[in-house]
Amino acid sequence: MSTLAIDKAGPTRKVKYGSMSRDRTWALRWSYFFLTIFAIFSLVPPIYMLITSLKSSAEISAATNPWWVFHPTLSNYVELLTSNQFLRFFWNSAMVSIFVVTLTMLISVPAAFALSRMKFWGSATLATGVFLTYLIPDSLLFLPLFKMFAVIGDWTGIQLINKWYVLLFLYPTLTVPFCTWIMIGYFASIPKELDEAAIIDGASWFQTLTRIFIPVALPGLIAATIFAFTVSWAQFLYPLVFTTSTDQLVMPVGIITTLIKGDVFNWGQIMTGALLGAAPPLLIYAFLMDYYIAGLTAGATKG
Amino acid sequence: MVDVTFQPAGIAAAPSRKKSSLRRALKRKSSMAFLMTLPLIVLIAVMVVYPALYSIHLATLNKAMTKFIGFGNFTFLFKRQTFWMVVEQSCIFAITAVIFKALIGFIVAHFAHNIPSKKQRKWRGMLLVPWVIPPAMSTLAWLWLFDPSYSAFNYTLGLFGAGPIAWLGETGWARFSIILVNVWFGAPFFMIMYLASLKSVPEQLYEAAAIDGANWWQRIWFVTLPMMRNIIAITTLFSLIVTFANFDITRILTAGGPLDSTHIFATWSFRLGIEGGDIPLGASVSLFMAPILAIAAIFILRDVSKRGNEA
Repeated sequence: MSTLAIDKAGPTRKVKYGSMSRDRTWALRWSYFFLTIFAIFSLVPPIYMLITSLKSSAEISAATNPWWVFHPTLSNYVELLTSNQFLRFFWNSAMVSIFVVTLTMLISVPAAFALSRMKFWGSATLATGVFLTYLIPDSLLFLPLFKMFAVIGDWTGIQLINKWYVLLFLYPTLTVPFCTWIMIGYFASIPKELDEAAIIDGASWFQTLTRIFIPVALPGLIAATIFAFTVSWAQFLYPLVFTTSTDQLVMPVGIITTLIKGDVFNWGQIMTGALLGAAPPLLIYAFLMDYYIAGLTAGATKG
Repeated sequence: MVDVTFQPAGIAAAPSRKKSSLRRALKRKSSMAFLMTLPLIVLIAVMVVYPALYSIHLATLNKAMTKFIGFGNFTFLFKRQTFWMVVEQSCIFAITAVIFKALIGFIVAHFAHNIPSKKQRKWRGMLLVPWVIPPAMSTLAWLWLFDPSYSAFNYTLGLFGAGPIAWLGETGWARFSIILVNVWFGAPFFMIMYLASLKSVPEQLYEAAAIDGANWWQRIWFVTLPMMRNIIAITTLFSLIVTFANFDITRILTAGGPLDSTHIFATWSFRLGIEGGDIPLGASVSLFMAPILAIAAIFILRDVSKRGNEA
């Protein structure tokens, strides 16, 4: 279409249009070029993990080309996946994450519903407060929390420190504020007419939540769940502070404290462990990338 | 439906009962709402607000936590050279890392925005991988890449004849490495945020700018940046908070070394409070994060409420 018009307009116009599309082609090429560079930068560590995990310790200490596997072996994987200790870390991590995700959803979904729909005294302040809580980092709270749990242990005799389930109390401080906040955003975007219609039809508040809000805001719910899972799987500071016995450790801390023995770094196993530890979030991400990104952007654009 | 047709008779018969049931319903609504938010309130009060205040109290105690010593911990810290090194390193680390994350995120978002939207998904997927891997795990990979004798980086440098670098052994290189890992981990977040916000800039604005003869730099400066100002501000402040409070990367890469030169507030308060057993001193160190957090939080809140009014 456009080429016809250009032909009629004369050669000068044609040259100009040609240079513009050539500019665009070049812009595209440059874009791909730089994106490739950045993609390599992003993927070097995980790929290097994979490469090292396929090497035997003999090959690693022989200091051959580190970017290539000459004698691939699965021995690191076999060794880790048959070691009770490592499976214990995995189990602890899985238990903590599943419980924390459930707990987070049970706390934050009703709270977000109440804060976005049932206006009551102080609800706006509370919503802001939730957001502020999200900004308080774990590295500010770990010492007072540690002391608090030690004092509780002294007073009541319930020793929570150095038990994996102490993390069930700690992780919600990181997940609940954010999940509540993004759920408030999703619930607020649901048209008011929808729940008014439900109320007129005689639905209770609970029914409005379970029959209308949760189905309509399901993408948000999935995004919040993924977030809660990723955070509880990746958290490093709290388990490092609160758990020390090897049978109570979760994945990240377990790999770092047990596979590094003194100055001896068994890199093949460490990288295998790291890769296995990164696998669950990566798998979720691979299958639910759109929800993942939706949650990420909703959290900050709506908040 | 049937109920509705019958209702007028009921109301005429017993108006007082209807009023009281309405009041009860109202009462039920607010008490219901309160019950629904109660777990959240309890959680925030017990596990966030109370510890935050408790850490202020802790900071005024002596090491054995038996005696009130007022500002004793703080005056002790001010006299220690390590403390000022930590302040310096925290600021260098957070500011440099955030600037580079924002810059790289902006540039990559632009390139990703340039390419056809069908292919964007694939690229976005690859570029976001650093953000998905638990930082403790990916930092281990970096630790191995930085390894002085067997590592990939020094091997690759050796191919070009460049000498081995003590990536984590020298103060300057150690600081650089920590910032590099943090940028690697955090830049994808900026990229995603900026990409989402780039998509929301109306195409007509660029067309209008092009008709007015703006070159690409002017288009970025006068169209893209003003349109993205809000999201840039929020993301940067957000990241400033997270980076300032970062623990994992420094802890795993150097644990503060060499000679405490890479400690930041989080790692140093861990060293003093947990490893050194001086919880009050550690708490006083971590409290120094609070002012920066508060300032950033005020600005973020202002932007958030502004956005709320726009929407």
